[in-house]
Amino acid sequence: MTIWFRPVIQAPLQIFNMNNPSQSFVKFEKIDKSYDGEVLVVKNLNLDIAKGEFVTMLGPSGSGKTTTLMMLAGFETPTNGEIFLDTKPISKIPPYEREIGMVFQNYALFPHMTVEENLSFPLEVRKIPKPETKEKVQKALDMVELGNFGTRFPAQLSGGQQQRVALARALVFEPRLVLMDEPLGALDKNLREQMQYEIKHIHDRIGITVVYVTHDQSEALTMSNRIAVFNDGVVQQLSTPDILYEKPENSFVAKFIGENNTLNGVVADVNGDTCTVELDNGFGKVKALKINVNEKGDKTQLSIRPERVTIDSTNPESNNFEGKIQELIYLGDHIRARLNVCGNDEFIVKVPNEGSFSHKEGDLLNLSWNPDDVRALDI
Amino acid sequence: MEVTISTAELLTTDGIPLKQSLRKAERRNKLRAFLLVFPLLLFIFVTFVMPIGDMLLRSIDDSQINSVFPNTFDEYKNWDKGADELPPEEVYKSLFFELANGDKRQIGKALTRMNYAKSGWKSLIKKTTREIKKIVKKGEEPVSYKDTFIKINKLWADPTYWYSFNQMVNDRSSIYYWNAIDRTFDENGDVALQDEKRRMYMNTWLRTFKVSVYVTIFCLILGFPVAHLLANLPLRYSNLLMIFVLLPFWTSLLVRTTAWIVMLQQNGVINGILVWLGIISDDGRIQMVYNETGTLIAMTQILLPFMILPLYSVMRVIPKSHMRAAQNLGAKPATAFWRVYLPQTIPGISAGGLLVFVLAIGYFITPELVGGKDGKLIGSWIAYHLKTTLNWGLCAALGAILLGIMLIFYWLYNKIVGIDNIKLG
Repeated sequence: MTIWFRPVIQAPLQIFNMNNPSQSFVKFEKIDKSYDGEVLVVKNLNLDIAKGEFVTMLGPSGSGKTTTLMMLAGFETPTNGEIFLDTKPISKIPPYEREIGMVFQNYALFPHMTVEENLSFPLEVRKIPKPETKEKVQKALDMVELGNFGTRFPAQLSGGQQQRVALARALVFEPRLVLMDEPLGALDKNLREQMQYEIKHIHDRIGITVVYVTHDQSEALTMSNRIAVFNDGVVQQLSTPDILYEKPENSFVAKFIGENNTLNGVVADVNGDTCTVELDNGFGKVKALKINVNEKGDKTQLSIRPERVTIDSTNPESNNFEGKIQELIYLGDHIRARLNVCGNDEFIVKVPNEGSFSHKEGDLLNLSWNPDDVRALDI
Repeated sequence: MEVTISTAELLTTDGIPLKQSLRKAERRNKLRAFLLVFPLLLFIFVTFVMPIGDMLLRSIDDSQINSVFPNTFDEYKNWDKGADELPPEEVYKSLFFELANGDKRQIGKALTRMNYAKSGWKSLIKKTTREIKKIVKKGEEPVSYKDTFIKINKLWADPTYWYSFNQMVNDRSSIYYWNAIDRTFDENGDVALQDEKRRMYMNTWLRTFKVSVYVTIFCLILGFPVAHLLANLPLRYSNLLMIFVLLPFWTSLLVRTTAWIVMLQQNGVINGILVWLGIISDDGRIQMVYNETGTLIAMTQILLPFMILPLYSVMRVIPKSHMRAAQNLGAKPATAFWRVYLPQTIPGISAGGLLVFVLAIGYFITPELVGGKDGKLIGSWIAYHLKTTLNWGLCAALGAILLGIMLIFYWLYNKIVGIDNIKLG
């Protein structure tokens, strides 16, 4: 994806304002969804997506993210609430009139049609004249660098090529927004990473609004403007990737995004934005940011990112603890050390490989971490 | 450095040519595989290939009668039909001696054959033979064999009898095939229509086609939604539905056919209900069985699983996301079905259609039982000639035509859809 042809869809890249709901292009308002009348798969979903934004719904399977996407596409009806697209409610609009492009999980390319026929299908049903159709199809194929593959059948393409055809097909009729339902799930790791960049670049290029569903956090972090982390039918946190990673608001998000060390305890003292936590089993006290706890006596789970823990540098301002090395894994650029810290056997520390690390399994390490890097979350 | 491209045979490490070594290694496996399938091959050969070969031979074989009347037929070929109204004296003479000296059983068989060509031959020859034997016993030698024959029975002066010899004078004859489509040979040996009262096969052929096409269409119309449901319902419902499809399939054909008679006959269940509901009067009971309608209804029901199962196996693997994708791309549900779903079911439609059509065209029991007079198919004629008239030549020809039609359909299918696309499960 180095040379870019003229973009297929000329929409100006909008500077989006996420804090102003009147500006929102897609708006979920109080959406509930239940299939059987007993279990809510989506609970009170409120979500605003700005024009031109790339929003990812991230979550484990069964968290309601795909259901949300299907409601937006029109294949599922919300049990309660309303979805607005460009300020108009869309619940009564059938899927074929919504003008929303979609890339399906297994591409859903029509096997009896050639690549060209697949791409011209949405244009044909819109009764767009033949020459124009041909031109648009060719442009879309060029965009995904499959200009010479028009006469092939989907079965004659590799997985990555099929993926690109699916992408081109979802874009060729210039939809108002594009939905992607785990589009890279069937690809191998290298191709998946490459396609992530390609999709991101196409988004940057044509400025279309994208709603993307995945369970792969690195995919979400790579591509998105904002990520909505789903769990149990509820959006746990909606933020930009950096805030999501660095400032998770609850323990689910902290655990789900990136690697995370946890220590359990009880709040001993609250002081403004910070608090002191008495660790369980008398391992000592930790100074932490007060995020998801209220008052003294609350149970809490502390979250510390592995790369924020330093070794052999004590500082009275920091939290200083000892850890016993359980396992060392050599990973080239860094060494991954699994330690026993305050009773937690799965405490991970990433030691940069500067050539000076000489400890063995069983050794004790002096660890320290800054109070600003410890977040007291719910348990 | 010199680069040589070796054209020599590849050798194994031990220096044996690679191909030879491979063949040796494979031989045992091949032999074992062959021995495993050998009984089946033998079975197929004895029970399938040989009977069909025999049938095909029989359909063109006319040698028996030629062995009974060799001289007569030789002389007959010299008859110039344009010049003389009746055959020359030599024909009568040869026939005289061949009737007088021939083996009684062989002549009997030949007479049956002659009766296929023209009815009346049997009694004529029998009477004549009796008279000829009397003449031979007396030791008289007739002055004119021709006059003697005509004196015995004046039908011997009727040239149409002699014309019918035309279709018997060769060892190999296509007459059975022509008979099977209501054609025969005229006095010059040219193909001509049968007498009106002997034309019965073309009508049956046409009806067989019509019924088979209708049954195929009805099966498709009825089977398509069922197969779609089977493929798309939740498992517990689709399993139940599958049992409903398969249960009749496992029930005896005879039971199902007679059940239809019970349902459809004039004093049957359906007429009874309609009368009870007051939709029809007691005198106006509908004739639904012992005619073509009965054949159509019963055959459609009986052949329905053969349509549903291939369709189901194809529909099961069409991802549901395809219909969604089509709608997402802007196609209304009907368009999505027509452009995206239906084309993907074509292997199933064609497999089911071919299966139902081929089975229907050769169907026998059901049309025989519920078809009455005007609902019988070609299979009934085959059975009739096989069991009643013993005209095996005609049976074989009818069967061979049926086989030919099926082969043509397979060929067409292969041309249009491709036999690799067939999916039966």
